[in-house]
Amino acid sequence: MAALGIPTARVPLLLRASVALPAALFAWFCSLVPRVSSGETLHWEIGWIPQQGIALSFFVDGLSLLFALVITGIGTLIVHYASEYMRGRPQLPRFTAFLLAFMLSMLGVVLADNLIALFIFWELTGLTSFLLIGYQHEDATARRAALQALLVTGVGALAMLAGFVLLGEAAGTYSLRELLAGDASLAGASNYPWILALVLAGAFTKSAQFPLHFWLPNAMVAPTPVSAYLHSATMVKAGVFLLARMSPVLGGTEAWSVTLVGFGAVTAVYSALASVTRTDLKQVLAYTTVMALGTCVMFLGLPGEAAGAAHSTAAVAAMAFILVHALYKAALFMAVGTIEHSTGTRDIARHGGLRHVLGPTFVGTALAAVSMAGLPPFIGFVGKELLYSSAYESAFGGFALFAIVAASVLIVTAAMLVAVVPFFGTMKQSARDAHPVTWQLWIGPLLLGLLGLVAGVATTPVFHGLVLPAAAAIAPVPEHFEPGLWHGFNSLLLLSLATWATGAFVFWLRPYMLSVPGALLDRLPVTGDRVYDATMDGIARFSTALTRRMQPGIQSRYILAVFATLALSVGATLVAKDAIHLPSQMPSVTFGEWTLVAVISASVLTVILSKSRLLAICALGVVGTAISLVFLLRGAPDVAMTQLIVETLVVVIVAIVLLKLPDFRNEIRQPLSERWRDAAIAVAVGTVTTLVLLAVTTEPPQLALTEYFESMAVPGAHGHNVVNDILVDFRAMDTLGEISVLVIAAAAVCALLRRRTRYRIDRFQRLQRRYAAGPGGARASEEDA
Amino acid sequence: MNTLILRETTRVLFTLILVFSVATLLRGHDAPGGGFVGGLIASTACCLYVFVADAKDVRRLVRTDPLKTAAAGLALAILSGLIGILLGGRPFLSGEWAEIGGVEIGTPLLFDFGVYLVVVGAVLTFVLEIKEPGAVPPPDSEK
Repeated sequence: MAALGIPTARVPLLLRASVALPAALFAWFCSLVPRVSSGETLHWEIGWIPQQGIALSFFVDGLSLLFALVITGIGTLIVHYASEYMRGRPQLPRFTAFLLAFMLSMLGVVLADNLIALFIFWELTGLTSFLLIGYQHEDATARRAALQALLVTGVGALAMLAGFVLLGEAAGTYSLRELLAGDASLAGASNYPWILALVLAGAFTKSAQFPLHFWLPNAMVAPTPVSAYLHSATMVKAGVFLLARMSPVLGGTEAWSVTLVGFGAVTAVYSALASVTRTDLKQVLAYTTVMALGTCVMFLGLPGEAAGAAHSTAAVAAMAFILVHALYKAALFMAVGTIEHSTGTRDIARHGGLRHVLGPTFVGTALAAVSMAGLPPFIGFVGKELLYSSAYESAFGGFALFAIVAASVLIVTAAMLVAVVPFFGTMKQSARDAHPVTWQLWIGPLLLGLLGLVAGVATTPVFHGLVLPAAAAIAPVPEHFEPGLWHGFNSLLLLSLATWATGAFVFWLRPYMLSVPGALLDRLPVTGDRVYDATMDGIARFSTALTRRMQPGIQSRYILAVFATLALSVGATLVAKDAIHLPSQMPSVTFGEWTLVAVISASVLTVILSKSRLLAICALGVVGTAISLVFLLRGAPDVAMTQLIVETLVVVIVAIVLLKLPDFRNEIRQPLSERWRDAAIAVAVGTVTTLVLLAVTTEPPQLALTEYFESMAVPGAHGHNVVNDILVDFRAMDTLGEISVLVIAAAAVCALLRRRTRYRIDRFQRLQRRYAAGPGGARASEEDA
Repeated sequence: MNTLILRETTRVLFTLILVFSVATLLRGHDAPGGGFVGGLIASTACCLYVFVADAKDVRRLVRTDPLKTAAAGLALAILSGLIGILLGGRPFLSGEWAEIGGVEIGTPLLFDFGVYLVVVGAVLTFVLEIKEPGAVPPPDSEK
């Protein structure tokens, strides 16, 4: 199936050109490095809702800069990679827009100063990732995974919003810069446990902490560039970012440490174990991503030697690891995408000997995997040494060290799985069928792999430029902190040696790993995924039951319910507020007005008694017309004009509808009892409305607004017709809202009435044909399976 | 309903009503009228036409998809609100006025014209879709 040849589809120019955006942003952020690493915090502000103290303000410190560089730098490579990988797939402009929107929202999250703005950007990343994960929307698994990611992170985000509000109230400010200035800790606040729990809920769902991690591996149905971007550098790192950001505010307590270390350690070890039991290359990478997130969470929570003290080395280790992980994970995801693009499958068992076909990809993968395994002289080694030493020095020394070593051992195995199995060994069928790929598909992995090497050799500038300023935003970094490749021959190095050896041993044991723990993990009785399914089912069943009761589908019942509620609630209010005022004397009514009353009454009787619907609707039109004449007599020509024409149009539209309906003349009329009930409700609504009008008119009229409008009409709005001035100038915003509703209603009418079923099916089939014929054909069937 | 009398009167009335509707729109700022009622008047002209011809003829007559007309009107109304922001950084939908040849012209007129288009487009959509649901044109028909 696989060998599809070099894609002949048109190059998606838009996607390729849009590389310029992340690249320009990356260059700009790079130019900020010297200023930020010298301790400066840059700040921009745009007023947004000044009345509420909500401003759209952004700031760049070490922490945001590290994340911003990772987002834009890897974003550049990913967009470039996607422009080749996605070639020939449908709806690429849409894809481009989603990808860029996602990147910008992610930047918003890490740069936002205001908590509420941060929340909005956080939700935007959720929405855009929903669109990206569900890009192949014809595929039910993709739809489910997209919805799952949206719901899980969305519920967490709502909890987080509640936490932010409590936090903002407790601290007296929603600005992060103000929060972080001075002694920021809120540990003494009375709401602290609530704030902590709610904010952690947001961070843990976004960063896929056990047991809420399940959405992340499922999200692998997304096209590989999306997975590479979302799960190496960005979306899932948002939770880690939030924890790092909140660390000075909420951290340093026992609750913080215990929760973060507990969840982080369990997540890291569990997902590292799960990763080596997967047979799909992307799933392997997905679980190692969860492991990396767990590690970051754990190290952000690690207390110093004395419990309760901030642990600065752990913060450095966590930040270093974020950089390390982003570099190798993006490279590996892209490499796996390339393998799949070339051979049509991601199943480990079906690969072998690919190094002969995909040479440059192999080099990139090998470099990245070596960094992932933590071998010198790669940055991965420095990162791992820091993790080990800071875990060892922490108050949770033994436990933390055990967790990180266990996870690292399995990560070594996973690295070998990805880099060794597909590329070495004898050429399998997939390698023989593979087609060579263009440079766009291997340059990304190769560059990132080399960067891992360069950063490892040039440790000092990387740390002083990026990692230490980032860590300084979390905890004060000790002076003269010198990370290095070589710390002498000490016990930690021995531990590293043991890690590699054990990792390789586990790799050798792989067949057993697949059968024993793999089977065990698959048979867990309760998993997040199943709980999610059960919850969704429950919600669907509940709403079905509710809808059956609430929505019988009979129009007259809806109207009945609406009017009965109106009459009852307004009537009750009138009685309760003692607002029923009957006029003491009959107001003067002219002969013309009496005539109109007579016409209206006669028409209403016609409506009720008529046997012909057409006649009834015409009589209703007469009622409306007579009422518009009342407006005219009372000096409101604008209202009268509009009402008159609206009545005409309503009659026309309803008449057209009636002509379309079957003949009702022989239908069985309602039983008398129902008609009496309807009449009673009608009379009640009429009475209540009259009473309300009477109550309103007995109050002395409030003329402030009228006077304002009248005095401002000519000087302010340049018009003598006050009604029109109000509509198009004073309250144009309201009008804008109304005409928007009108357009939406018209669109809804089209959507309901147009014959588009046939067209939809045609279009869908055409898309499918194109998809099957294009380079993605094999992939489509693969991912459907 | 499609009688000779109605057909022949419609011929004359159609144009007349349309002109009247534009007049109503333009005079609206100083005298009773305006975009909303003007749009409604224009819609009645089209409704009259719907009675004597069928929906297909009306669609051909108005040339564009009425839904697009409504959307264009909405866009126009929003654009008129942006002019103030662009010219002087004033809030969204501030009225901006200029005098051209002794006649005062302002963004509210543009806004009102947007309202007019939305109303005509929406009412026509309602009437035409109910009368005879339009098929969606075949997308990029493979000629």
